[in-house]
Amino acid sequence: MNRKNYTHPNPNPNYTSNNSMQSLHFIQALARINRAASKPTTPSCRTKQIRHAAYSSMAYTSGSRRKWSRALLIRLRQRQRLRARRLLTVRRRVRIVTPAMSLPEEPARAETLRRLVPGGRSMEYCNLLEEAADYVQCLRTQVQLMQSLVDAFSS
Amino acid sequence: MSSQRRTITDEEIRELISKLQTLLPESRRRGANRASASKLLKETCSYIRSLHREVADLSDRLSDIMETMEGDNPQVEIIRSLLN
Repeated sequence: MNRKNYTHPNPNPNYTSNNSMQSLHFIQALARINRAASKPTTPSCRTKQIRHAAYSSMAYTSGSRRKWSRALLIRLRQRQRLRARRLLTVRRRVRIVTPAMSLPEEPARAETLRRLVPGGRSMEYCNLLEEAADYVQCLRTQVQLMQSLVDAFSS
Repeated sequence: MSSQRRTITDEEIRELISKLQTLLPESRRRGANRASASKLLKETCSYIRSLHREVADLSDRLSDIMETMEGDNPQVEIIRSLLN
């Protein structure tokens, strides 16, 4: 079935093809985690793997189109490498040093937003707002997806 | 890159801020239609934090669920086919 060319009136405007890509990435990651569960993993370790999968699928779906997703992918890979080499013992944030772009006339809250949105420190104020909006949308999709999975498996 | 910075109009900033406002759930808008940019940014920050917490919490619950699943569970395949 050729999905790319198949178009039909979308009854739910909130459901885009991006959403289904995100869902697919996440479910595939979950399946991988499940298959690898033959190795003894502590519950907290699995929780971390699932969290990693959640942010991964968010970042992969937006790919290189968005600054936040690029920054998030870099951050996730660095953490993965450090964890593999067992250097990530303490919960330390790996920060890429980039010049801060905050201007004096920005509202004070912009600084907090810069810290919350991946890669926000080096964004211009205008881009920061745009990226934040996209990031929020992606986060919401991820939360809805995970909630649906929990509901599906709990019933 | 800073030499290419174009002047950003107030209008564009207002538009982006109102876009952020539409993304916030109803409970957080609190009739703040004429909210200051600062207030809206504060709400957005707290909303992002709460979303991060939800992801962490749901990961925890999914982890519990996966623990009780055995082997290659057909439910995963069902969900996958439902999504396509």
